[in-house]
Amino acid sequence: MVEIKLRVNGAETALDLEPRESLLDVLRERMGLTGTKKGCDQGACGACTVLADGERINSCLALAVQYAGREITTIEGVAAGDRPHPLQTAFVRHDGLQCGYCTPGQVCSALGMLAEHAAGMPSAVTADVSAESVPLTDAEIRERMSGNLCRCGAYNGIVAAIRETAEGARR
Amino acid sequence: MRDFGYLRATDVETALHAITAEPEARFLGGGTNLVDLMRAGVESPGTLIDITALPLTGIEETPDGGLRVGALVRNSHLAAHPLVRARYPMLAQAILSGASGQLRNMATVGGNLLQRTRCPYFYDGAARCGKREPGAGCDAIGGLSREHAVLGVGDACIAVHPSDMAVALVALDAVVEARSTRGTRRIPLTGFHTAPGTTPHVENVLAADELITAIELPPSPVAAASGYRKVRDRASYAFALVSVAAAIEVRDGVVARVRLALGGVATRPWRAYEAERSLLGARATEAAFRTAAAAELAAAVVTPDNAFKVELAERTIVATLRDLTRAKDTA
Repeated sequence: MVEIKLRVNGAETALDLEPRESLLDVLRERMGLTGTKKGCDQGACGACTVLADGERINSCLALAVQYAGREITTIEGVAAGDRPHPLQTAFVRHDGLQCGYCTPGQVCSALGMLAEHAAGMPSAVTADVSAESVPLTDAEIRERMSGNLCRCGAYNGIVAAIRETAEGARR
Repeated sequence: MRDFGYLRATDVETALHAITAEPEARFLGGGTNLVDLMRAGVESPGTLIDITALPLTGIEETPDGGLRVGALVRNSHLAAHPLVRARYPMLAQAILSGASGQLRNMATVGGNLLQRTRCPYFYDGAARCGKREPGAGCDAIGGLSREHAVLGVGDACIAVHPSDMAVALVALDAVVEARSTRGTRRIPLTGFHTAPGTTPHVENVLAADELITAIELPPSPVAAASGYRKVRDRASYAFALVSVAAAIEVRDGVVARVRLALGGVATRPWRAYEAERSLLGARATEAAFRTAAAAELAAAVVTPDNAFKVELAERTIVATLRDLTRAKDTA
């Protein structure tokens, strides 16, 4: 067993863990933060996406012991108290979900993605990767969100919600 | 997953001594491949030496105008670096075409080079796989082999090396810096990954106690106008059926410099030397591109399932070179 302190959504928790426990399992099974979902458990679906120091990662492939000292944000830490994050509101408004299972991962992934885009990061569909900034077209949003699958097929609503949130942030 | 010991190293010396002391230990970087393989039971190290706290995260310009990249730089950070995007666009494109945003944020540059094949028989403990179990044979040969290699294959293994990043790096003549308690050595990436031969479980020349500490990119003026083209079964987040990393410089209509490498078709990141030889000094025409592509694929050994990759690779090489030379004409 390894003793670590994990910072999740601004609060620190002391944990006694086996090294093989994934960050996803620790969040769900030990900390009761069941918003983060387990889909494939092999990094293929994105349902387990959380933010580590603001960067999106697959918590299923992350060993929790590796993330001691990092700032983890889960879907439970996205809203400001009772007030949903504008992206969450946009997901509701645009029907960016049906069953909702992939939604926490979609929201966390989109937050990480918007930060990457704001920092000027190109994507695989960016025509000129050396450009300092890239317009966030629907094609860019789809490519950048390809690590999050939605088996209900709510992609059009997801893209619309992200686009609207990005535009709102720029205004 | 089998339980294992965990050690977090904060300096390189500690990590190197730990791996020397424990032959069953493995280094843990981003974990995107190793953790998955441990869960599948393919890998079962006794101890993981976590190297992500080591100070190997810098990207620095070298005195000769090249780039030195710390082994623990995350894939996404390398792709986003302004000097990579300006001077080696094929490398940024190759990285961005691989995996997902989440995985690129986790995966390290050193780990990307060491990632193992996604051959389903390698993952399936009930199948015969000489990569997983030395000498066990190969169920991919004569099995479902649509995604398997046509270049660099042997009687013991036809598994594809899955990396996109490494394809661009072999085209760019990158050099791997590796350290052990015995010292530091520099290994050209073109000689880093090995052919499967009769020992497909051996995938590179790295010793078990060696740690990749950096990747060095030599200056490469031709790479400023380069590209990476990836063909796959879906538009994003899939491994390559065929990929091409290319840089070409045309002077007075003649190919003056060219770099070409292939992914998705070979057992290791494949530098296309035959095609380069064919192109150098030739007129930069589509016919010459076709001749060069055919010269490279002449050595292909196919199965009924993956024979299509030969034509697909040839067409993708031609299309990539055509795009690059057209872009030049209009510049």
